[in-house]
This record gives sequence, C-alpha cells and structure tokens, in this order.
Amino acid sequence: MNRTYELMFIVRPDMPEEDLDKLISTLETAVSSSGGTMKNVEKMGKRRLAYTVRRFHDGIYVLLTVEGSGGLVHELERRLRVTEPVIKFQSVRIDEEQKRLDKIKAIRDARKKASAAPAAAAPAAEGGETAPATA
Amino acid sequence: MADETKAPTATAEAPAASEGQGPGPGHSQRPPSRGPRPGGGPGGPREGGRKYFRRKKVCKFCVEKIENINYKDVRLLAQFVAESGKIVPRRLTGVCTPHQRRLSKAIKQARNIALLPFAGRAN
Repeated sequence: MNRTYELMFIVRPDMPEEDLDKLISTLETAVSSSGGTMKNVEKMGKRRLAYTVRRFHDGIYVLLTVEGSGGLVHELERRLRVTEPVIKFQSVRIDEEQKRLDKIKAIRDARKKASAAPAAAAPAAEGGETAPATA
Repeated sequence: MADETKAPTATAEAPAASEGQGPGPGHSQRPPSRGPRPGGGPGGPREGGRKYFRRKKVCKFCVEKIENINYKDVRLLAQFVAESGKIVPRRLTGVCTPHQRRLSKAIKQARNIALLPFAGRAN
C-alpha cells in the first residue's frame, strides 16, 4: 500500500549544513531500504518559530515528500525522535487531499472547455452570416 | 450621530402604529433601545434606523477558488488567525462551512510545527 506523506521537521538553528545533509541522506537510505521512495527534499531554510521549542527561537525547516507505507513513516518518525538536533517534526498524509484537488481541477478544466467551446462556435457562426451580407 | 438623529423619528412612527393595536407602554419603549444596538457594528442605518445595511460576507476560498488549504501556507492562514492566536470564527470572516473545516485543520497542523502560535503573537 503506497501512500504519500509529507514529513516536516525542524532542526536546531546552529546545526552545520553538512550535518543536515548527512541526516537527510541517512533518512533517504532508510526510506529506500524499506521499499519507499523519497520524492522530494526541500530545505526551507532558517525560520523564526512561532513559539519557543526547547529554548530555541529559530529553526531550520526541512520538508520531505515520501512515498511508502505507514510502517515506513513510523520508522522515520522514530529516527527523528532519537536524533538529537531535531527539535520538532510532523508527518501528514497528502495523497487523499491531492486526489481531491486533482478531481476538482479536472472538473474545472472540463467546465472551462465546455464554456469556451460554444463561445468559440458563436463568433464563427456570426462571421459566416455576416460575410455574405457584406459581400 | 446619524444614528441618534434618525432613531427618534423612526420610534415616533413605530409606537404610533403599535398603539392602534394596543400593546402596553413597555412595548413602545422597546424600539428606541433596539435601534442603536446593531448600529454598533459596521454599516449605517438605512430606513429609519430599523434595518441596518451590512455588506454581505463572502467566503474568500469560494470567491478566489482556493481549494488547496495547506498548513505550509502561513500567509493565507494568518489572515484567519486573530492577534491572540485564535482561529477567527466563521460568523466574522464569512468563510463557508466546508472551507472553515479545512482551514481550522490546517491552522492546527501549522501550530504543531511552530509555523503559527498557539497563543499570543509570534515573537
């Protein structure tokens, strides 16, 4: 059962870049070893936290998009929990929401096409009528 | 001031109409007190201080066709969070029920990952 999840986590602001990269690559191997795929890694950079977390006011946000089973997410969460510099994390399942959005988008596109087609046909018909009159 | 000047004229008419049917004086007292109350809100009086015109609220998400209410979109969510960090109720913002449901969920997710505050301003 493959599902898509977003894992967002915050690491302490004084963490060096290379350590962060190392952490991400270990997570990546954990993902691939349990049969999932890492679809996207986005480092959102340093941000101010809305409230203090472990006495930190800032944090480096990282967003991972992962495809895999629930067990994989469970494993990733466990890893994040035991990793010292990670101060907060959250995983959200996004595939169902994405499916809903795609559906809405498809309906909207279909409507747009339906409304555009008669509008395009009408001027053509008018043009056909007026052309003989002027000629 | 417009409220006060208009309200007495309306109440002068209203009791006159109601006295014909014969309700007590306590009833005729009510219209003046009822007048200024809705006036506290936005908009001004329309016909004789009785009806108050208020701009119709519309759902931002329906109007702008925003379907993707995501916890990462802090700028969007922050519009529906009060200074104190509370989620602004639907009756004030005019958001429709399905969108408010998604909105509140997204705000709560954003709070958990420290993008929005639980209470107080982000500082």
